Amino acid sequence: MAQTCPVELHNVTFAYGEGELRRTVLRDVALRIEAGEIVLLTGPSGSGKTTLLTLIGALRAMQQGEARILGQELAAAREAERVALRSRIGFIFQSHNLLGFLTARQNVAMALELQGGLNEAERLARAAEMLSAVGLADHIDKLPAKLSGGQRQRVAVARALVAEPGLILADEPTAALDRASGQEVVHLLRDLARRQGTPILLVTHDPRILDIADRIVAMEDGRITQTPSPSA
Amino acid sequence: MNQLLRKPALLAADQGLAIPPTRRGAGPLAALGLAIRLAWRQLKADRARLATAIAGVMFACVLVFMQLGFKGALFDSATNMLAAMRADLFLMHPMTQASFRPERLPRIRAWQALADPDVAHAVPIYLEQATLRNPATGTRRSAQVIGFDASAGAVAFTGLPPLIEALQRPDTLAFDARSRPEFGPVGRLFRDHGPYHLQLGRRDFELVGLVEIGPSFGADGNVVMSETNFRRVFARPPGMADLVALRLTPGADATAVQARLRALLPADVVVLTHAELVRGERAYWENGTPIGFIFLFGSIMGLVVGMVIVYQILFADIAGHLSEYATLKAMGYSNAYLSRVVLGAAVILAVIGFIPGLGLAVFLYDFVAKATFLPLHMPPDRALSVFLMIFAMCFTAGLLAMRKLRDANPADMF
Repeated sequence: MAQTCPVELHNVTFAYGEGELRRTVLRDVALRIEAGEIVLLTGPSGSGKTTLLTLIGALRAMQQGEARILGQELAAAREAERVALRSRIGFIFQSHNLLGFLTARQNVAMALELQGGLNEAERLARAAEMLSAVGLADHIDKLPAKLSGGQRQRVAVARALVAEPGLILADEPTAALDRASGQEVVHLLRDLARRQGTPILLVTHDPRILDIADRIVAMEDGRITQTPSPSA
Repeated sequence: MNQLLRKPALLAADQGLAIPPTRRGAGPLAALGLAIRLAWRQLKADRARLATAIAGVMFACVLVFMQLGFKGALFDSATNMLAAMRADLFLMHPMTQASFRPERLPRIRAWQALADPDVAHAVPIYLEQATLRNPATGTRRSAQVIGFDASAGAVAFTGLPPLIEALQRPDTLAFDARSRPEFGPVGRLFRDHGPYHLQLGRRDFELVGLVEIGPSFGADGNVVMSETNFRRVFARPPGMADLVALRLTPGADATAVQARLRALLPADVVVLTHAELVRGERAYWENGTPIGFIFLFGSIMGLVVGMVIVYQILFADIAGHLSEYATLKAMGYSNAYLSRVVLGAAVILAVIGFIPGLGLAVFLYDFVAKATFLPLHMPPDRALSVFLMIFAMCFTAGLLAMRKLRDANPADMF
């Protein structure tokens, strides 16, 4: 198990629509992400980055090809298996998508409620600890509406990391943030993931954050065009 | 706690496993509790919407309670006469459907019943309708006349015992003080001036006292007199009675006596307990008339309106938080878990809408009962059955609203 790499894709092809409207967005994609590796996925709009991310995140059913994510074969996975896999992946979206009626701490604790073995006090303690790690120790009991955009995205980072996922998938996490907050968020994400040894696949257009990557993968027209070997 | 705070891998440089083991889910009961807590937190976040939802459930609740209350009150009053007759057992002709239209049974059955050692008294009861003249205006109105020998004590109308002796005199009667006001101020005149004459049919009677029975569907008022006096007014075959009331010896087992009498008596009588007699009368009015349906229809309308309100609230809650629900799905929450959140919200609304609804209904029952003299009260089984209806109403609304969850697609989140 420990030797298996977290993300392994072979010949993944994916199309939307039926018949004449069928539009192929991924063609024979192969991708490997090693344990602890931080990979940036770039490319123009419509190049298939987001579709690839949703397939790896088990948010969509596979069509063709093979994918093994955190040891789970996706090609023939049932819905329940995909749901179970998702709980082992940390997601960070363009917008924070926090639940507006829960405080920062309760939002983070939601990621822990899916696991047994922790009681409410332990969940809240872990969530508070994680929020301190993203620099929000003074804001744990605030509702998202009372936080700035950068702070909300940091709560989202804490939520993605708190359950110690085996993989983090992020889609343009800096898109809605100014330069300084964006830098702060991705560096936090990188540092925390490094400490947990969690690999990250991050889709971005933002040239300002390329420096956090171990490796940059570019996509165009549904294919991976350039895969430089890991710089580490 | 200390151990917990030190443990997380993000603080230690613990990079052993690239792939963490598959997680063990929370127990089903704990997961349900968490889903309901999430539902409650979401509901209470929007106070205005919560208040609307509670008002909707309360409205349905009160409407159903009032419909059932009026129905119950009408049927209770329909059985007033038989309910007031509190004897231990009754003999009735099997073809009698309702007390206002009795089938006669041979009076000899009463004496046959006395063969059982546990039957202390057997009292034939005679029922007829006759017009009673209003002492104030002189107009006539039809009343139920109940004739029986009161001295045996088998029929226990409230107010009867002190009148037993007076009723044995010729041409005397007792009037039901709870009769409808159309009979005139019979009771008030009696209380002010003592006994006076009343005309029943073409015959003058002396009013010697007041009893309490209550009007029924079949009769607006009641008159009680002795068997002898009854026979002076109505020419009837002497061997036939309309009902027989049996008084048992103290401590006798009514069901055992009932079984013995059934074996003993021929098939032209049925042996009923007091509860069975009242239930049979009530069933006639409930099933043999459209009254029950009218109230049922009103109740259903209340439930439908309540369901639409709850559905709208739950639907709006989901539609307004689609991206949050989709995020939860992306985090590994199953559709079934989110369905439980929606159903949890529905159940919470049922409970917190029912409680004030019940309170308001009890208040209204009291208010309406004082204004209309209808016997409105809140039996616990009615409260329970309305709660179950409201629960089912909210649950159905939740099931309908749940379909909107399918629109929360985590793949659209990126």
